[in-house]
Amino acid sequence: MSSEASLDRPRRRDLLDQREYVGIEEISGPIVALRGIHDVGYNELVEVIDGTGRVRLGMTLEVSSGAAVVQVFEGTSGLKLGSTRVRFRGEPLRMAVSPEVLGRVFDGLGRPIDGGPDPIGEPSDVNGLPINPTAREYPREFIQTGISAIDGMNTLVRGQKLPIFSGSGLPHMHLVAQVSRQARIVSEDSGFAVVFAGMGIKHDEAMYYIRNFEESGAMERAAVFLSLADAPSVERLITPRVALTVAEYLATEMGMHVLVIMTDMTNYCEALREISTEREEIPSRKGYPGYLYSDLASLYERSGIIKDRPGSITQMPVLTMPNDDISHPVPDLSGFITEGQIVLERDLSQRGIYPPIAGLPSLSRLMKDGIGEGMTREDHAHLASQLFAAYAHVKDIRALASVIGEEELAPVDHTYLKFGDAFENDFLSQSFDEDRSIEQTLDLGWKVLSVLSREELHRLTEEELKKYYRK
Amino acid sequence: MAERVIGKVGRVVGPVVEAREVAGVEMLEMVFVGDERLVGEVVRIRGDAAWIQVYEDTTGLRPGTPVYGKGEPLSVELGPGLLGGIYDGVQRPLDVLRAQSGDFISKGIHVTALDRERRWEFEPVAEAGSEVFPGQIIGHVRETELIEHRIMVPPRMGGTLMDIAPPGEYALEDVIGRLKGDGGERELKLYQKWPVRVGRPYKTRRPHTVPLITGQRVLDTLFPVARGGVVVVPGGFGTGKTMVQHALAKWCDADLVVYIGCGERGNEMTEVLLDFPRLIDPRTGRYLMERTILIANTSNMPVAAREASIYTGITLAEYYRDMGYHVAVMADSTSRWAEALRELSGRLEEMPADEGFPAYLPTRLAEFYERAGAVETLSGADGSITTIGAVSPPGGDFSEPVTQHTKRFVRAFWALDKQLANARHYPSVSWLASYSEYTDDVTEWWDETTNGEWKDLRSSIISIMQREARLERVVKLVGADVLPDSQRLILETANIFKNAFLQQNAFDEVDAFCVAEKQYRMLKIIVRFYDLALEAIKKGGTLVGLKKLGVMRDIMQMKFEYANEDAGKLEELEKKLEESINEFGSIFG
Repeated sequence: MSSEASLDRPRRRDLLDQREYVGIEEISGPIVALRGIHDVGYNELVEVIDGTGRVRLGMTLEVSSGAAVVQVFEGTSGLKLGSTRVRFRGEPLRMAVSPEVLGRVFDGLGRPIDGGPDPIGEPSDVNGLPINPTAREYPREFIQTGISAIDGMNTLVRGQKLPIFSGSGLPHMHLVAQVSRQARIVSEDSGFAVVFAGMGIKHDEAMYYIRNFEESGAMERAAVFLSLADAPSVERLITPRVALTVAEYLATEMGMHVLVIMTDMTNYCEALREISTEREEIPSRKGYPGYLYSDLASLYERSGIIKDRPGSITQMPVLTMPNDDISHPVPDLSGFITEGQIVLERDLSQRGIYPPIAGLPSLSRLMKDGIGEGMTREDHAHLASQLFAAYAHVKDIRALASVIGEEELAPVDHTYLKFGDAFENDFLSQSFDEDRSIEQTLDLGWKVLSVLSREELHRLTEEELKKYYRK
Repeated sequence: MAERVIGKVGRVVGPVVEAREVAGVEMLEMVFVGDERLVGEVVRIRGDAAWIQVYEDTTGLRPGTPVYGKGEPLSVELGPGLLGGIYDGVQRPLDVLRAQSGDFISKGIHVTALDRERRWEFEPVAEAGSEVFPGQIIGHVRETELIEHRIMVPPRMGGTLMDIAPPGEYALEDVIGRLKGDGGERELKLYQKWPVRVGRPYKTRRPHTVPLITGQRVLDTLFPVARGGVVVVPGGFGTGKTMVQHALAKWCDADLVVYIGCGERGNEMTEVLLDFPRLIDPRTGRYLMERTILIANTSNMPVAAREASIYTGITLAEYYRDMGYHVAVMADSTSRWAEALRELSGRLEEMPADEGFPAYLPTRLAEFYERAGAVETLSGADGSITTIGAVSPPGGDFSEPVTQHTKRFVRAFWALDKQLANARHYPSVSWLASYSEYTDDVTEWWDETTNGEWKDLRSSIISIMQREARLERVVKLVGADVLPDSQRLILETANIFKNAFLQQNAFDEVDAFCVAEKQYRMLKIIVRFYDLALEAIKKGGTLVGLKKLGVMRDIMQMKFEYANEDAGKLEELEKKLEESINEFGSIFG
């Protein structure tokens, strides 16, 4: 290759990028194919203009010499083969980021829908870049959510990604609203900026969140991105990326602590499956594409803390498990990437317990480094472990009781049943606006454990028992 | 072959690029794609087209841009400076990348794997004029306090050592010797290169006789792995796979650890980076980082590099094995590697087999796991690679293709159990579903270390656990109350074994790691308890009475209260146990 050619290429590209093509070769679902064009880049922004002059955004999914396959985010209805015009922008989709995005509501592609002006700011590639693992700071700052089941047993720390695995009809909406209202770092008494990405959720659900943010005063520190249930499904592929780009800007450039809520990830994955099927790719499980894991990781991994920078991104994605099945590909692959999961349980919810956070399958992987002396309290780790162990035993005994009847149980098993009830009704259960401090949560944990005799508490040390047991 | 243009980009589909008008390219040749010179590898050639998997994000890549061939296959650099390093899947040092491109990994950055500036103290051991063979050690470099780096004649090279550098400080590119062989004259440097997809040669395979002591009781006692063995650790999410892998990397008694974080979480690698430079290896008193190499290709880094990462890791391990070290390789997780393979295969439009995985998945798995083993190296030393691969079966279902195929090529299976993890019983290794075929290989070693008792103690406890599993089925139907005390003793012993022995607290200073002697003595106490208690019950004692003995609390706490150095003192606890049960029994006797 001559040096002249290499100098020439960018200049020629500038001219080519302004070219507009009339006519497309094929339309199939949300995908259009073009031929006879210049060589365009992979994964770059495309403008598709229909007969009425409306501009729709899209992205190249596949490029080859003189041809491209484009997914159109805003749907292909009304497009004609002959009259559709196409422009290639020669750059990936970008979102303008500035502090002014706070307090605003945007559509799924990052355009304002609250009647305000377009935000002015530095355009940033929505795909982001992977954080270098050596640049990460390990998350260990305890976040108090005021919810005992989370703070006590599945502690959230700053920079963690902790999803909520819900089911249809379960109150994840209330839980998310409560967390985003109450979450704070106790030692700094600081709250969070909230970036909210709604994908395929209903209008009333979106309104519920916005109203909640407004009522609690959180709205002025919130940016909301909505791709609602009636928006074209492909748009959802972009929504979380736009939201995370804003979150990254607020965290790394503005030094803010950001809580990102993405709901509902199942809708996102379905949009991905739709595109994949349309392109006749080889499916893996349940028709989802083989790259679902990598794709989800490209979202979930955009969280954490970077060394020597003041801000952080904490993620709380929400997903509904189809048919309450935790082994469905969406919760399953999510669970492999996220640092734990908060699982909501239908049985608890039906018994009127809020929040219905399942005792055993819920887990926070980063808990161990965020709790203990100086962070929460010295007995926290052992107390949580003991609660888990005792509650696991309750589940066994309940199963046994359903076979042989409660009367036949040994006396010690009866105390376990009592503990189980106390745990669910006093510890797990709390009201929607109840904000418990970590001390209250831990003391409550000891209170429900006091139902059991001291010999049963293997996982607590002598000193801890002396200090807290039946006090 | 030098670098040259081999063709141009024709089509881009995610991480796969089809190059057109290609001439003179080799299969598996390393290439640079497009104006940004993204690193890639040729995976298929057909006519004048070549398919390339690209190790970096292809966003913005355009057809018509040139493809350069490097003239050699994807290779790693092997030399001093690897230890303590952290690399991505194609051996780019992440700390250097950070210094060059900031906190986020951008593309098209080219850095060398090893530091060219740093000077190393070289001590020759071969003499000028002598005949040397491939793999012969010709000198030493002290790489870390812990590891002496042995400079070897590269494999497939040999002849007369014309001259060798005197002791002194040398940088990697300095010539430290000249070799005259069949292929003419060659310069020797402190480092060599090796293609990642080809296993490094050795003289012969050796039988497995010595266990790799992991410090985890459930593994060493029930499901031991031999040095040179291969193990798979399958477990659904939340079962503690990564915790097991981290514990092994920290405490196993290998000389060296290569930890491959393959498609896993960024924060987990950060945790290792944070912990290992601070943690002290109990055997050597040195920092763990001095014996560790990290390969980190997190889940959001390019998928093709994830595919390459396990080969990069195992090649580094082979290099140290060739020096005569015992190396342990942790691959977390091979499922993510298999998924990368599936994704690339899909983009290449290959015909899929099970669940979309390519038909060659088992072949590739076998190739990877066969690179482990105990060997006699080319220089005649003993070396080994023990590979421990994690598998993440979707939905925790062990019947999926990756788990099933992997099982065919490994001889130990440490199944992680969701139920145990839910009750926070860690390590959540299931004693019913796991197995190890290395037990017979290492029995002799254990028996020598434990006065010939290990084998019998082990089979006693296994028989108790099996009887307990059968009894549990009865208990689930009618409750434990109806069983006679002799059978409830089995339940009780199993319970003690689970809580006091199998369960191990990775965050406790004393319990995190358990030496062989302590494991043996703890096991002996539990088996003794069963035998003595059974006798006492036969004489008329009750289980309730036995449980009230003060010594029981000591047994439950022994893992925390006896440090590894004090393992010998457990003998006193055993005596105390004997005395108190005998005393208890004598009331009835």
